[in-house]
Amino acid sequence: MNRRNFLKNTGCLAIGFSLQRSFIDLPSPMFQELPQSIKRHPHINAWLEVLANGQVRIFTGKLELGQGIGTAIAQVAAEELDLGMNKVEVVLADTLRTPNEGYTVGSGSIEQSAMAVRFAAAAARQKLLELASQQLGVPAAQLNMQNGTISAVTGNKSITFHQLLNGKQITDKVQAPVNLKPKESYKLVGKAIPRSDISRMARGEQYYIQDMRFPGMVHACVVRPPAYDARLQELDEKALKKNIPGILKTVVNGSFVGVITQEEYQSVKAQRWLQQHSKWSAGSKLPAGSNMIKYLKTLPGQNDKVAEKGSIPDSNAWIKAQYYKPYHMHASIGPSCALAIYDNGRLHVWSHSQGIYPLRESISKLLPLPVDKIDVTGVPGSGCYGHNGADDVAADVALLAMAYAGKHVRLQWTRSDEHAWEPYGSAMIMEAAALLDDAGNITAWLYELWSDTHSIRPGGDANNLLAAQHYATPLKESSRFSSGANRNSEPYYAIPNQRIEAHFFKGPLRTSALRSLGAYANIFAIESFMDELAEKAGKDPFTFRLMHLQDERAKAVIRKVQEMISNIQLPANTGIGIAFSRYKNSASYCAVAAQVHVQPATGAIEVQKMWSAIDAGEVINLDGIINQTEGGMIQSASWTLIEQVKFDAQHVSSRDWVSYPIMRFNQVPEVEVAVLNQPEEKAMGAGEAAQGPAAAAIANAVYKAGGRRIRHLPMVPS
Amino acid sequence: MNTTIQLQVNGKKHTVQVDPATPLLYVLRNQLALNGPKYGCGLQQCGACMVLLNGKAEPSCMLPVAAVKDRKIVTLEGLIQNDNEMHPVQEAFVQEQAAQCGYCMNGMVISAVALLNENPHPDDTAIRNGLQRALCRCGTQSRIIKAVKRAANSK
Repeated sequence: MNRRNFLKNTGCLAIGFSLQRSFIDLPSPMFQELPQSIKRHPHINAWLEVLANGQVRIFTGKLELGQGIGTAIAQVAAEELDLGMNKVEVVLADTLRTPNEGYTVGSGSIEQSAMAVRFAAAAARQKLLELASQQLGVPAAQLNMQNGTISAVTGNKSITFHQLLNGKQITDKVQAPVNLKPKESYKLVGKAIPRSDISRMARGEQYYIQDMRFPGMVHACVVRPPAYDARLQELDEKALKKNIPGILKTVVNGSFVGVITQEEYQSVKAQRWLQQHSKWSAGSKLPAGSNMIKYLKTLPGQNDKVAEKGSIPDSNAWIKAQYYKPYHMHASIGPSCALAIYDNGRLHVWSHSQGIYPLRESISKLLPLPVDKIDVTGVPGSGCYGHNGADDVAADVALLAMAYAGKHVRLQWTRSDEHAWEPYGSAMIMEAAALLDDAGNITAWLYELWSDTHSIRPGGDANNLLAAQHYATPLKESSRFSSGANRNSEPYYAIPNQRIEAHFFKGPLRTSALRSLGAYANIFAIESFMDELAEKAGKDPFTFRLMHLQDERAKAVIRKVQEMISNIQLPANTGIGIAFSRYKNSASYCAVAAQVHVQPATGAIEVQKMWSAIDAGEVINLDGIINQTEGGMIQSASWTLIEQVKFDAQHVSSRDWVSYPIMRFNQVPEVEVAVLNQPEEKAMGAGEAAQGPAAAAIANAVYKAGGRRIRHLPMVPS
Repeated sequence: MNTTIQLQVNGKKHTVQVDPATPLLYVLRNQLALNGPKYGCGLQQCGACMVLLNGKAEPSCMLPVAAVKDRKIVTLEGLIQNDNEMHPVQEAFVQEQAAQCGYCMNGMVISAVALLNENPHPDDTAIRNGLQRALCRCGTQSRIIKAVKRAANSK
């Protein structure tokens, strides 16, 4: 039923008329599940406000990370309210203003926040039409809504949203069923609406947290230990003041060291001076030079049976392979940054954390200061797609601001701070084994993985903040053995007998969530292994995958990629590899093909071109999905080819872009993306779908190009 | 130890009181409140802090401010024309939506402007070489290459 029919059926709506009841009275009531975020924050004005200037302001608890969520959310709101894009502004995560939507993670912002806004905006539309009908004395069915004005279809009666509400906001609860705009009449959703924030970036307007300036603002640095658990033994504050001008305050709590200075460059110099002139204990040794696979498998840990079905037969015919992925860095181009001021008993923090509400709780416990005395405003930082130093630097600056009340304190981590102290994506070992029958079907599948945690996000506790671990009485990091390592560890293929097991270790480096979590490594392993099995079965990689898939949407993305590469003429020593996954086995479908050249003499690998077909359900912003998928392939190509966090016995030695190189322009492949729109299916995030298949497609292409079967990453160790 | 230094930035003369050893980047961002050049590494490795120095793209994060007194410095802000119109390269980045987080965009745009000044119609390899010093983590390089081609064709 579309909106117009709904209005015809319910007739003229009066204020206070229960939408719920009217639907129950209808001949065929329909069931509608409200988004979780709406259930938690049911009032329309939690999501939407009408402003005096005719604009509509939308509130989201999610943060812009570069994924374009602000634009997607504005599109959804503008669509339901028949507004131009320029009439909608979006306020991002802020504990003072927006709903608490937890973390901006797991490609969930479209499913959660954008859908919440869709329902809130649709409910607001309904209410505005009711009010207009009453005020204008025109049946709602004969009203037209356009760009913030509601007019009678005939005659010249009209009224604006603002006039209707007269400065008030719509405080009604969103109640199912909400009459959503019929998708066939969409004008904005599904289109490649350009992001308006990109021109702000191009013009050098104030946009990032790094660009925030306040009158009288002071700068700061932190000095980290030379090893994870090294403790401070001696620090000469007087000598520091004598040697470095502009020192305003030195804060020492156990091994947490921070310095506040007048000028930013003075902070840089203070940090360098203290690094050279302070004494620290040695700290525990890291397993430098070890064979990491052997080493990590010896670590004690917990085991988890992820899945088991059918029975696993004894056989001599098991085909086996072992895969490895090293520690990877988020490696944002801009190191983490935060600002804070403590004034009149209140602390205000500005942060690019992906979860400002949990961060507020964590800071509250760290300081300690009651939660209701702390405000945290989310401001975009440099992209990282995961849990990097954002939360830690916010905690650092909160501590410093508390010690230097009345001034805005800005803390910019250095490149070395970020590289050496951010939590990495865990190293992982994956061992796969399979049995094939005579027809080439996989009859049994064994899969084991070894991994450290994929989440130490602060989550409301103080323990996981770096500063807390450097306190005089250090708090212990509490790694949750989250399901992140298991993500996509179950094959999406129809295999009758399977056993999937996970082993969780506490490894030598600090780890947390990095884009796609365990899915990257698991899909690298599974999809490399699928090609190895296809060869044994005498099938081509497309046929072999398709014969093990039952989900038509999965088959469709694979066939689309097959079509995209069908006319490619391959030069010598060049190969194309493919791979597929459905992210989390429940979200976006993505197939990737990679064309790789391998130089016979040297084995040098060049990824020339990558293609992807993606089905993220209902498309909200077409270009957003394309951009995420292009970027996902390129980022994954960089991880896969050259990235690995290095360490010596003392600490991480990947401290800059020479010791942790990422892809530069001369290595970047051409990319091409096809989006399969499914307007009637659930809208899903697209930011983490491509990484896993991209890695395996490259490995499969290297093999096809006459290179080795590469099972241990990175492919090109530096 | 602060000294008075005169700088020529975005076509205007500025007088600042700073430690002459301060890298240009900090002076542009903090004394002149410019947002274009970004802190990325402080090591001249990533390109986030690029500015045009007499028309050439150079990192500003290690360059002492005292060393650039006589140079014409242009930042992203300085590429905007008086009528608030973007430079063709900036416009091309917007048209191609050549960003995700956009933090690297300064280095990309500045490098591209310098490249196109020298070579108005660069091929793919020349574009890649021209942008080689600038890193992007979100993987938007393919769009950035398209944006530079679009800017070259718009001239």
